[in-house]
Amino acid sequence: MTELQDVTLTVNGRRYTLAVEPRRLLVDVLRDDLGLVGTHIGCEHGVCGTCTVLVDGASIRSCTTLAVQADGRTVRTVEGLGDGAGLHPLQEEFWDKQGLQCGYCTPGMLMRALEILEQDPDPTPERVREGIASNLCRCTGYQYIVEAVMAAAPRMRLAAPATQPTTGAQA
Amino acid sequence: MTAVERPAPPPVRTHKEDRRWVGKSIRKVEDPKFLRGRGGYVADLVRPGTLHAAVLRSPMPHARILSIETAAAEAAPGVHLVVTGAQAAELTGPLPDFGPDPTKHTWRCLAVDKVRYVGEGVAVVVADDRYLAEDALQLIEVEYDPLPPVTDPEAALRPGAALLHEALESNCAYDRQFTFGDVARDFAEADVVVRDRLRWHRSGGQPLETVGAIADFDPATEKLTVHTNSLSFTSYMFMAAGALGIPMNKFDVHQVPAGGSFGSKLFVTKPTVIAGMCSRILGRPVVYLEDRVDNMSNCDHHGSDRVYDVELAVMRDGTLRSITIDTIDDYGAYIQFGVGHHGNALAQVTGPYTIGSVQYRVRAALTNKNQQGAYRGFGSEVNNWMLEQVVDKAARELGMDAAEIRRRNFIPPEAFPYFIPSGNVYDSGDYATVLEKALELGEYDRWRAEQARLREEGRYIGIGLISAQERSVFSATEFWFWFDEPNAPVTSSPESVTLGVDATGTITATLYSCAFWGNSPETMVAQLVAEEFDCDPHSVSIIYHGLSGGLPATGPGGSRTTVMLAGAVEGASAKIKAKARRAAAHLMEVDPEDLEWAEGGFQVRGVPDQRKGLDEIAAMLHMFKHSFPEDLESGLEESKVYDHPYTTMPAPDRSDLGVFYPFMGNACHVPVVEVDVATGEVRILAYAAVHDCGTLVNPRSLAGHIVGGTAQGIGTALYEEFVYDDEGQLVTSSFLDYSIPTAMEVPELRIGHVETPSPYTPHGIKGGGEGGRMMAPAALNAAVNDALAPLGVRVTELPMTPDRLRAAIREAGAAPGRG
Repeated sequence: MTELQDVTLTVNGRRYTLAVEPRRLLVDVLRDDLGLVGTHIGCEHGVCGTCTVLVDGASIRSCTTLAVQADGRTVRTVEGLGDGAGLHPLQEEFWDKQGLQCGYCTPGMLMRALEILEQDPDPTPERVREGIASNLCRCTGYQYIVEAVMAAAPRMRLAAPATQPTTGAQA
Repeated sequence: MTAVERPAPPPVRTHKEDRRWVGKSIRKVEDPKFLRGRGGYVADLVRPGTLHAAVLRSPMPHARILSIETAAAEAAPGVHLVVTGAQAAELTGPLPDFGPDPTKHTWRCLAVDKVRYVGEGVAVVVADDRYLAEDALQLIEVEYDPLPPVTDPEAALRPGAALLHEALESNCAYDRQFTFGDVARDFAEADVVVRDRLRWHRSGGQPLETVGAIADFDPATEKLTVHTNSLSFTSYMFMAAGALGIPMNKFDVHQVPAGGSFGSKLFVTKPTVIAGMCSRILGRPVVYLEDRVDNMSNCDHHGSDRVYDVELAVMRDGTLRSITIDTIDDYGAYIQFGVGHHGNALAQVTGPYTIGSVQYRVRAALTNKNQQGAYRGFGSEVNNWMLEQVVDKAARELGMDAAEIRRRNFIPPEAFPYFIPSGNVYDSGDYATVLEKALELGEYDRWRAEQARLREEGRYIGIGLISAQERSVFSATEFWFWFDEPNAPVTSSPESVTLGVDATGTITATLYSCAFWGNSPETMVAQLVAEEFDCDPHSVSIIYHGLSGGLPATGPGGSRTTVMLAGAVEGASAKIKAKARRAAAHLMEVDPEDLEWAEGGFQVRGVPDQRKGLDEIAAMLHMFKHSFPEDLESGLEESKVYDHPYTTMPAPDRSDLGVFYPFMGNACHVPVVEVDVATGEVRILAYAAVHDCGTLVNPRSLAGHIVGGTAQGIGTALYEEFVYDDEGQLVTSSFLDYSIPTAMEVPELRIGHVETPSPYTPHGIKGGGEGGRMMAPAALNAAVNDALAPLGVRVTELPMTPDRLRAAIREAGAAPGRG
């Protein structure tokens, strides 16, 4: 067994120092060591984007990133998206527009959508579609994901507070 | 076919007209946990101290295993156990195989004396973590004696081919021809016989989550507890218990959400058997979670892989009289579901048309490939594609419009229930309305004009138009009408629900199958319960019961979940209401017959202020039993085991296969494509899809499944293929080379719905989860053929990769561009 290395990560605003094997993947550290199982593993080749998290604000594939590469950096995962019990506008719009079916790609897709909207708060649907082409979804055919991201954009521009939506028929 | 005597259909139902919740696109009740990353998938449930299993895969397509040396792996750090295939065969039985002759092509969790495809497992290592387990895999030395690889299904059936399974003495696992109706007469009377040879290559569901199982054997109680995202559910769990050699009453399985399935997680026993075997040896929890390469190369759920020779007997006016279908299906190394995929095809073999007779021959070829399993459509999507291809060819040869030849042959709305030649029934439908709506939604006439205009500019635009069937709610009879013996009776494939109204009046529904894999059983049940009890669907709580003590449940598959759950909810609700009615009548001192259900309670007919709400009735029944007559027990909880509502026996001579897939949806897809004839690239310019799967429960959810299924169909039509080279190597074993459509390959769809309620199901619901993929490959092939028609090119092979399109264009010799 190789020598362990100390790694410091700030994940969703909380600082962690861990001793990890140099070969250990960031996704395994997030899931197994920190218990943040919202970041999922899909293809293990960096293709599908299921494992997407933001490192210093930029999306990366945590299944092909070593934890030691993220040393000293800030990581954001789906667990940091909502505000306590409330949902982030992106999460709410994914719910409202049915931008998910099995939910497995959803955390990665949400983090990628967050990055897109942080870079371009007022995107065209074409830009969103092109942007999420980094991430595979096997269920939805992407249409309602694009709709959800477009619906979240104005709410995020207005920094709308996250509220618990009521039930009922959709518009 | 008039001679066939059939049991009468079930009574025609009268459906509730003023539905409040069924038909509303409510937000799905499952979603909040998934949006927060708290789905609770199998990988999320691995607790500290659980050991991790990894499987050594064969690099050889076909070879004898001469020896396996495991000592170095056993001595590696963190390793607890190494089991070879031969050792596993001592510890577990064969995996379930629906036959025929399962003993002649025995399938086990690990290969024993020879490997039969690249990726087949030969040994398993269990270690403290997955890294250490994979380290140890590299220390196992296997000596192989290579055998000739068999990769072509037609060559596999020729005399002299190397044998996959020597005991079978052939690579043909099944060969039978069925004749339904007077095929000879219909062909003799035909004006034209249209012939076609078609090739559909294998693709697969490839959900983003692989299959896994966490097994925990307790040596004290000898009970094995498994958490898995597969195995659909209580009714068929004996298959896994049998393979593990564990008594059913010592075997408990808990279903967890699946991160997608599309059929690929249907009855997947191997991970459960591997994890269960290892946990039993070690007396500790063991997780076996496939990695992506396992899931692509050793998954047992590749899709259909067929060669077709088809003849269609046609009259000059366009009437379709008869069809003969001769198909060879490349099943790979084993044949777990038998040729059940062809049962699916036979359920709707003649499509929406009044074709009067059918001859169907299927040969199942065994080759050195991963075996077939289930993929959205289960083989019926291939039949749709084949039929629409040959109907289009007939239209071309007769000089008819694609819409016109279809209209001319549609089963008319007044002809239902309609028995097709193979014996299955179509309950209801309105195919012409679906077609006309699709032509309108897809702006068919405008695109035809645009096509003509752009052709002047040298652009190759094509418009596809297909009308095809979407069978739903299987009866498992389709898995054994293939055999004359044993003459198994008709089966039910039930589904169960328990409804409980607690002392405060809130409702909990318990489900007994591993229903969630991206469909929305909880939302469906919540809406159906809300419809019954006038409550908010988001107030209904849903529980999944495990195997132990669970009621009969078959699980999803064959687009059955919503219909079967609806029947179970209806039945359990009726029991709850019957008890609540008696209780309310007793409390109000009136005759139960004088009460009516209204707004969440029972009231005296016509006297709305004399009533008891369900909450009041439930509180009394829970707390004050002795206020009621002797036979009213405490509490308010009822269960319903809902049996298949309409299935009948096949004829003894198999001239008629009986009713086994009765609730028949229909759809029309109209894609518009542009083919770049220089590169062979296909671009989708527009796409309209109109589906009729009866009464909709959640229209947006169904539309989402149509879009998603169509996206998969786009993959099947254009990009996705498990390619085995001539040496038997799988050359597409990761998402780098197995190309799944991204958002850039899937267009914005226009979705339309027609609702022709089933006369035989609650609310008139039919299944609809598979529809998109059952239509899109046929529709896109039709569109590409339409685009290339000016070049005299007709593509007969899927997927239509740039290579294949360029080859077809080159062969036609009329093409501009490179190559």
